[in-house]
Amino acid sequence: MIALSDYLILSGILFCLAVAGIFLNRKNVIILLMCIELMLLAVNTNFIAFSHFLQDMTGQVFVFFILTVAAAEAAIGLAILVVLFRNRRTINVQDLDRLKG
Amino acid sequence: MGFEKFLFYCFAAITVAAAVMVITRRNPVHAVLWMVVAFVSSAALWLLLEAEFLGIVLVLVYVGAVMVLFLFVVMMLDIDIATLRAGFIKYLPVGALVATVMLVEIVLIVGPGNFGLDAFPAPPAAGVEVNNTHDLGMMLYTVYVYPFELAAVILLVAIVAAIRLTLRHRIDTKFIDPARQVAVRKGPDRIRIVKMPAVVEAETQE
Repeated sequence: MIALSDYLILSGILFCLAVAGIFLNRKNVIILLMCIELMLLAVNTNFIAFSHFLQDMTGQVFVFFILTVAAAEAAIGLAILVVLFRNRRTINVQDLDRLKG
Repeated sequence: MGFEKFLFYCFAAITVAAAVMVITRRNPVHAVLWMVVAFVSSAALWLLLEAEFLGIVLVLVYVGAVMVLFLFVVMMLDIDIATLRAGFIKYLPVGALVATVMLVEIVLIVGPGNFGLDAFPAPPAAGVEVNNTHDLGMMLYTVYVYPFELAAVILLVAIVAAIRLTLRHRIDTKFIDPARQVAVRKGPDRIRIVKMPAVVEAETQE
């Protein structure tokens, strides 16, 4: 049988890969957003695994809401990205220092 | 049971490999496509966990909408990949170190010692009469109906925000202002009444 720890370790690996991706691609905003989506996927897998092994539907309801919020976040984030590129002609994170005091 | 375990390891390996490809690809378009692979194989894992509705929703919403949106934006923006990749090698050691330390910590906590089959025995397989979509819907529309409404409002806010952010006012666009159209009056706007003397046509004699 597949144990709960197998699913938890898998989502742990996914989460750590996403963190490493944020370190590696620290200049490309699009890849950063995708790494955040990977993290959310890992968290959702955790929720569903616990929901299955505890026989409780609440975990799946939470995943439903996380999916909703993540979709909204992706839409707004990409809209901001488009506006940013229109104004600055770049999405390099290091060039975005206009708010520096 | 053996086949289920085989499926789990297959899809887990595909998911992890796709995640590695996502964070290491040079071209953002390739990264998005590998992300699609990661999502689809995760959806298969969710199906193994008897979360059928969410597995299908992950494919429909994430692969069908969010990832296509990513792909759209990546292809729309004219990105200089070379400068964005500078420093990849420089940050590789520290990124790998942080990820490894985090992974070791996570595995120490959630490993088979604490969350193995002894602590959490596998539940019996659900029969054909169990309807995951029905159960989720019953829960969502009774216990969690207010959070559900809030989620709808969040989506509405996302729509308004995305449209407002990317809306561009161009000067040379031709458009009709309905308010001015409605406010037009008969008097001086449309008809001009001109006073002139009556003209009698001269009768012709045969």
